[in-house]
Amino acid sequence: MPVQQPGATDPSVIRNFCIIAHIDHGKSTLADRMLQETGVVDPRQMRAQYLDRMDIERERGITIKSQAVRLPFVAADGVEYVLNMIDTPGHVDFTYEVSRSLAACEGAILLVDAAQGIEAQTLANLYLALENDLMIVPVLNKIDLPAAQPEKYAAELARIIGCDPSDVLLTSAKTGLGVKDVLQRVVETVPAPIGNADAPPRAMIFDSVYDTYRGVVTYVRVVDGRIGTREKVEMMSTGAIHELLEVGIISPEPIVCKGLGVGEVGYLITGVKDVRQSRVGDTITSAQKGATESLGGYADPKPMVYSGLYPIDGSDYPELRDALDKLKLNDAALVYEPETSLALGFGFRCGFLGLLHMEIVRERLEREANLDLISTAPNVIYRLIDETGNEMIVTNPSEFPNQRIAHIFEPVVKATIILPTEFVGTVMELCQQRRGTMLGMDYLSEDRVELRYTVPMAEIVFDFFDQLKSKTRGYASLDYELTGEEESDLVKVDILLHGDAVDAFSAIVHRDKAMAYGTMMTAKLKELIPRQQFEVPIQAAIGSRVITRETIRAIRKDVLAKCYGGDISRKRKLLEKQKEGKKRMKMVGRVEVPQEAFIAALSTSDAPGAKK
Amino acid sequence: MPFGIYVHVPFCASRCGYCDFNTYTATELGNSVTRDTFHQVLIEEIRYARGIAGDREVDTVFFGGGTPTLLEADALNEILAVIREEFGLSEGAEVTTEANPDSVDATKLGALREGGFTRISLGMQSSAANVLRVLERTHTPGSSSAMAKAARSVGFEHVNLDLIYGTPGETDDDLRRSLDEVLDAGVDHVSAYSLIVEQGTPLARKVARGEVAEPDDDVAAGRYELVDAVLRDAGFTWYEVSNWAKPGGECRHNLAYWRNTDWWGIGPGAHSHIAGERWWNHKHPATYAEALGQGGSPAADREVLTPEQVQTESVMLGVRLAEGLPVSSIPASSRTAAAVLVGRGLLNGEALLAGRIQLTDSGRLLADGVVRELLG
Repeated sequence: MPVQQPGATDPSVIRNFCIIAHIDHGKSTLADRMLQETGVVDPRQMRAQYLDRMDIERERGITIKSQAVRLPFVAADGVEYVLNMIDTPGHVDFTYEVSRSLAACEGAILLVDAAQGIEAQTLANLYLALENDLMIVPVLNKIDLPAAQPEKYAAELARIIGCDPSDVLLTSAKTGLGVKDVLQRVVETVPAPIGNADAPPRAMIFDSVYDTYRGVVTYVRVVDGRIGTREKVEMMSTGAIHELLEVGIISPEPIVCKGLGVGEVGYLITGVKDVRQSRVGDTITSAQKGATESLGGYADPKPMVYSGLYPIDGSDYPELRDALDKLKLNDAALVYEPETSLALGFGFRCGFLGLLHMEIVRERLEREANLDLISTAPNVIYRLIDETGNEMIVTNPSEFPNQRIAHIFEPVVKATIILPTEFVGTVMELCQQRRGTMLGMDYLSEDRVELRYTVPMAEIVFDFFDQLKSKTRGYASLDYELTGEEESDLVKVDILLHGDAVDAFSAIVHRDKAMAYGTMMTAKLKELIPRQQFEVPIQAAIGSRVITRETIRAIRKDVLAKCYGGDISRKRKLLEKQKEGKKRMKMVGRVEVPQEAFIAALSTSDAPGAKK
Repeated sequence: MPFGIYVHVPFCASRCGYCDFNTYTATELGNSVTRDTFHQVLIEEIRYARGIAGDREVDTVFFGGGTPTLLEADALNEILAVIREEFGLSEGAEVTTEANPDSVDATKLGALREGGFTRISLGMQSSAANVLRVLERTHTPGSSSAMAKAARSVGFEHVNLDLIYGTPGETDDDLRRSLDEVLDAGVDHVSAYSLIVEQGTPLARKVARGEVAEPDDDVAAGRYELVDAVLRDAGFTWYEVSNWAKPGGECRHNLAYWRNTDWWGIGPGAHSHIAGERWWNHKHPATYAEALGQGGSPAADREVLTPEQVQTESVMLGVRLAEGLPVSSIPASSRTAAAVLVGRGLLNGEALLAGRIQLTDSGRLLADGVVRELLG
């Protein structure tokens, strides 16, 4: 049994830390080792990557939702310390969640693959940690790999964080080498939490997870005072009051306790059913004589990317609605509203934090609700000002007005790309093509460069990452953060089939790229749409101005040469089958389009893969 | 309602690469079924049919295959005699046999005419040697028209030549020469089919392997128009999508299929349609013979058509005919579709006003699409 009991732990022996790492650099393996090293998990019960709960997380090797584990660790001085390891999501879409996790810590382990060096997202999160005044423990992992270059990358890390290369710890999470040294270093260098035990309680929510049996499980870090079971608490952003039904810690299974004191990390259950009622970043205080000032830093999650989600089988629409409603309980950032598309039928317009978030939501819907979905090309949010000065926000190309618009603003991001020097030329060219403006370039080491660009977010959303990966043979890494908006010369390109616009293919693009988009889509559709009894023009147009055109020639022959006695049953059955198939046909004006054609046209320009 | 009998003779001397018909090149097919005695098995089914169908005079008889003329003229005549004996032939009945230019001569044709046959249908396909090679036809260019002339000389008033167009490698000129040969033969009926690559045939495998180009529908459409123009100029009229005749030369037996009337199919794999029921016989001659030998029906399976299925079939078949079908035959909900098809130039507007669904010339090549729209 650990000496230090939850709710009765002196802050001086507490160390709250997180691990900043790129996917595949071994964060989960290191976390697993720490569980073993501190004895909270029996090696025989060890499940690989214990902390990543969801299947998708395990498959993609990424962590979507964070968790906090309390580890008792007897350090070299013989004292039992309480190490709270706060897991952080490792992707650009979840920057806000990362920032809240970091805010719950005093230190961070910077974990970097000794064969690959630091990646752009890791660097971004490292900067975030430094801004939060976290103490950094630099660690190179996978030093057992033949390709490991510990000296080179230790020098790289030392340069970035301003320490001595000899301060960089070397580990192999796989073999367990050096793990104990890391824990020891955390105890030595990460400051103990400081808070006022006598002040009204204040705890920051850094994660909120919906559990089918328990309702919402809220993860908090107590800053001041103490919170305990049966108390009434207030969510300071909304003023909502809940009763604490259960308070506990995770080690790594939940352990119920009476309360949590200054510096402690644990979970709360209040019986709420929707993570929106217990929001990440919010401050919890007691309902009576509570704190008057929140801990700050709270922000509503804001969707950055929108896309239409449609069931391939139209009759699955109610199932999709139910699945979204269910998913929403666990995903405060997901927004959606019903949408009807001429081409795709009934579906939902969904807002996501980013592309990965979009991919994850779609995958969870398909997997957990067993749905086949098609999504329209993702787009960002535009701000328009018309000639009378009225402002309008556009999250869907179909809302883009046809009349004259005085100003159009689009979101821009600061993109950080880390890549080997040999690819700098190609990547600069790519950024140039994507309307990027260079902000700067730094050498991280002799052969690795950090490039910084301002790029319209719409360009990032449109297969930028895939292009980057293929142009650098997978060696480049990308991070981006929203920095604001820029006025741009944007137009809506409509795709017309026999004169009728197909909503699912309308896109807002830069005027210089309208032609390229139009040519690409019309050519693609020409291949995918079967010939009709009449000639079908496929046009791309800006407003009423046609910019490019393809033609599907009329079908010339659609008759079986022979139909005698023995052919009749077979032919009738074929007709009956075609009649069934016709139900999957969509009519765009007079043109009959198989749904497969829409799906193929949309899926080839799919969002960048989430695997980074 | 007219009544027809189809007789399927499932033998060929060699198999053509494009053919997916139920036919066999062996002379012994197991279970003591042989080509030489097979007409006796067919006769068994005729007698069986008589028991089921009852008193019905036969208006048309059609011997198809396979290659019916691989059987001796006596055997074919004997089958016809049994039909006459069991059912009776109506006044002016049409009796056709398909024939391969390789498997008949003037003497045999004379014997058939003597036995009561009134019409000969010859599988000419093309007069271009390169086309016949791709089709794996064994006869030589020119032999078909020669045989057609021979048929006329022994007293056959009605002679048909079959053409296949759109074979990979065929040129417009090849087709023109084939049509010249047809016209030279002096026949009163022409069937012209675009080459269909049927699944499972040697031709399909060659196409899959890239040894033979895939037939092109646009090319076939052009060829169809060529056939139609040449035949029209020569005094033929189209009466079904793939069939042209001089006045009085229409094949009444085949018209029965498209008008969806009754017929009995004798022989392995043959289909029958009587009183709203369709059935089809066992395909393999040995299985077929065995079923008959046990005194039962040689049918492998059957279906009783629902009113909706009857309607589907009537539309699908009737649309193919120049005479078309009455507007009352299409679903009431499809009247608008018919009007739209008139607008697209695929259905004849005047005919529609007069209460009939009739294809226009440009509608013929899109007849299947028309059918789909008329059936909603």
